[in-house]
Amino acid sequence: MCRIGSIKSKTPVQPSVVLRLMLPQQEGHDNSGFAMVMQDLYGIFSPYKDKPLLSLVCTQKGNRLVEDYMDAHNFTKLAEWLPVPNKQPGLDIQAMPYYVFRNYDYPEDAALMTEAEKENLLLDTRLALRKILEKDNQGYVYSFWPDVLTLKEIGDPSDIATYFRLWEDNGCLAAKSVVAQCRQNTNYDIVRYAAHPFFLQGYTLCANGENTFYTKNKNFQSSLHRGYIGFESDSQCFLNTLHYVHHELKWPLVYYKHTITPLPFEEINRRDDREVLLGIRESLANLEINGPNTVIGVLPDGNMITCCDSKKLRPVVVGRDDNMAVISSEVCGINEILPNRDQTRDIYPNEREVVLIDNELEVTRWKQ
Amino acid sequence: MEAVKTQDIGVNDLNWIIEYKPERCTMCGSCVASCSFGAIKAAVRRQDITVSEENTPAPVHKHSARPVIKQVASLTNFCRGCGICQKVCPNNAIMPRRNPDARRTLLSRDSGPIKRGGRTNLNAERTLDKIVVGRISQMTDPSLDAARHTFDIRAPFGRVLGTKELPFAVENGKLTVKGKKPPVRWIYPLIFSDMSIGALSTRAWEAVAMAVGCLNEKYDIPVRMSSGEGGMPAKLLTSEYLKYFIIQIASGHFGWNRIIQAMPYMKTDPAGILIKIGQGAKPGDGGLLQKEKVAEHIGAIRGVPRATLASPPNHQGLYSIEESVQKMHLSMNAAFGFRVPVAIKCAASSTSVSVYNNLLRDPYKICGGFFIDGIQGGTGAANEISLDHTGHPVVSKIRDCYLAAAKQGLTGQIPLYGGGGIGMTGNAAADAFKMICLGANGVFVGKILIQLLGCVGNEQGRCNACNTGKCPMGICTQNPRLVKRLDVDKGAQKIVDYVLAFDAELKKLMAPIGNSSLPVGRSDALVSTDANIANKLGIGYVC
Ligand code: SF4
Ligand code: SF4
Repeated sequence: MCRIGSIKSKTPVQPSVVLRLMLPQQEGHDNSGFAMVMQDLYGIFSPYKDKPLLSLVCTQKGNRLVEDYMDAHNFTKLAEWLPVPNKQPGLDIQAMPYYVFRNYDYPEDAALMTEAEKENLLLDTRLALRKILEKDNQGYVYSFWPDVLTLKEIGDPSDIATYFRLWEDNGCLAAKSVVAQCRQNTNYDIVRYAAHPFFLQGYTLCANGENTFYTKNKNFQSSLHRGYIGFESDSQCFLNTLHYVHHELKWPLVYYKHTITPLPFEEINRRDDREVLLGIRESLANLEINGPNTVIGVLPDGNMITCCDSKKLRPVVVGRDDNMAVISSEVCGINEILPNRDQTRDIYPNEREVVLIDNELEVTRWKQ
Repeated sequence: MEAVKTQDIGVNDLNWIIEYKPERCTMCGSCVASCSFGAIKAAVRRQDITVSEENTPAPVHKHSARPVIKQVASLTNFCRGCGICQKVCPNNAIMPRRNPDARRTLLSRDSGPIKRGGRTNLNAERTLDKIVVGRISQMTDPSLDAARHTFDIRAPFGRVLGTKELPFAVENGKLTVKGKKPPVRWIYPLIFSDMSIGALSTRAWEAVAMAVGCLNEKYDIPVRMSSGEGGMPAKLLTSEYLKYFIIQIASGHFGWNRIIQAMPYMKTDPAGILIKIGQGAKPGDGGLLQKEKVAEHIGAIRGVPRATLASPPNHQGLYSIEESVQKMHLSMNAAFGFRVPVAIKCAASSTSVSVYNNLLRDPYKICGGFFIDGIQGGTGAANEISLDHTGHPVVSKIRDCYLAAAKQGLTGQIPLYGGGGIGMTGNAAADAFKMICLGANGVFVGKILIQLLGCVGNEQGRCNACNTGKCPMGICTQNPRLVKRLDVDKGAQKIVDYVLAFDAELKKLMAPIGNSSLPVGRSDALVSTDANIANKLGIGYVC
């Protein structure tokens, strides 16, 4: 099973902190990969927080294809982080030739676009790049969004960090919000797209466990939105549902949990809002999950959430001090980076609960 | 010697041969009295025997006339293999044996096509038995505990709206309901299917209805029962229990006079309305109730005189799906103030997906369920040629419909119910579970219910005499003598016990795949040992 974790901090953190959170949980994963999504960026991308940042890996040819596409669609390059890899022998990493972390300015006509139109432009651009790269297996595009950077690679997380010089804390990459995963590869081929966190139009999500309703989720989601594609991992379904409920339907966040882990009928029938909850069970029955899972998500407004399945088969813990809130599959990771926190304030969300950490690190908890 | 012609019927031409042991028989007459078909009779047999009773040979030839039980060699009063004679014989002197050399099917068309009840005898092969639940939660995720966890076993019945059509508005950070949506009832995914009063004896129907009452009231298992085409007792129509019944309307509209008259007095809404277009056992044929079974009280409930009642194959005036939606669905919905789900039942057919697609796209959002009845469904009366040579298996049809909806982003908007042969080999829970994983919201059963009441009919030609009015078990007849054979309370209990076991068994299948709510469409839970089936259904092939 994968181990997942996230950090929300008042001061920017560098990737090494994230690695220190994840590596102690190593017994729970198999060192087959590491992935993280950094948001609210500092370091070299600070000046361009409102400009879309492209994160992708590719071959040389892929890089050319991407550049051609971006040129043809009037995106202009602004800034770039070019990792200088540490190619010391013996590292367990299946590196790709090119890692692109590049800021672009919007095409000129974007000035007249509404926010929603811009969002769609960014999504469509990412989907188009994905298609181009997929054709001859020339690369993988993870995110294209302002202030969001995604890094994923196959291999030992610690070696991946060495390769990208993430241990060096050189200040290039820093963020106030990071979601990360160390992979346990069970069901699926090692495909880069299968590594969470996943990102879609401002929503980031990471989940562990087994989505036992993957097939029905996928059957349903495939025709809901053009962004719901790939399904290389069963956890993508959680992101799609979050995006669908919150972004597409524009329902308040509380209904995300009601959708993925609906209450039993017996309880619904006793509640005042039963008509709404029954409506959700009827119309969104295929977005239910019914296996062991923990979810960590980040919303477009920066709020970070976590919850688990309806039987609490995959637990999660939240630890915090005044400067940082940390969500993790296992408490040992939190102990490593926040050893002096007040442990009595740790939160172990129950099966009905959602925990939300806002940008001021205020924690809100509610029950379904 | 009697003159015998080759065309004469002999016992060996019949499907069942009576094995009779005269040395055990006491001539009590029980078997003859109980055979409702007159297939055996008391007769006298000449018996010659030579015995020697001295120390030295002194043969004496004895000649005696001995009373015996004899099988009737007739194409009308033939033995059905029901076994009632064996059941009542105190001395194990008599029993029917299947005759592999029978010629009855060939010879009995003298007065037209053969009619019978039961289900297909030629297509008893089962897809569901080649499918197993193969995706078991092992190390990847935990299995649940069937005895300890709580399971949410409910299925929607009614038109489900697409999410964006839900009449929800956001107010103060909460969703509120603004406006109306079609009624949806969450019921148990096992519907007792349409066997009419008339097809069944009133007592047998009552036994099934009592089981429904008990399951709902005592065990909180919301099983629903479809009335069948033939109306319902007036008392039931105006009782609280109506809420457990789905009233059927078929092409003959039998019983609807009374139903309409009862409407102003109804204390509660029915569970639903089921428009029957067709039936899996005899697709393209209307209902058939032969004169022999139209007793006085049946005529009264149906509002008809004593005659063979053949429903037309079509609902008059309905020649297209759109018309069906506009006329029947709308009027049925309107009749109950749009508070009651209206569903439709069709025989499985190569055209099922088109029908389903059309219903899904209907602008009124008015069809609350699509019931597909497969070739292995049963019937009280049909032409044998329809039973054996028309129809369509239901399993792939359910799957096709489910996938067709998924492709259009309309999954689950019209709940799918599959029937026809569910529980044929005794385990309805396994069948239901597999159907659900393939995309059904639930299943409907009929034959298995009467089998629990005592019906001995099967797909190998046993009994199947439901059309004759002579049902030996008192289930499918209005003959008071025969009906008396049925213990209504015991029968109802048997059904209740079966459903309780069904419920426990369903959990026993949900638990190992780690699900506490119904895995509708979770086809990855299934694998097949038959590559063609796997390929057709889109599930894994294993060997
Ligand atoms: S098996 Fe049934 S039909 Fe045949 S002789 Fe016995 S009672 Fe009659
Ligand atoms: S026992 Fe009755 S219901 Fe069963 S097959 Fe025979 S006649 Fe039909």
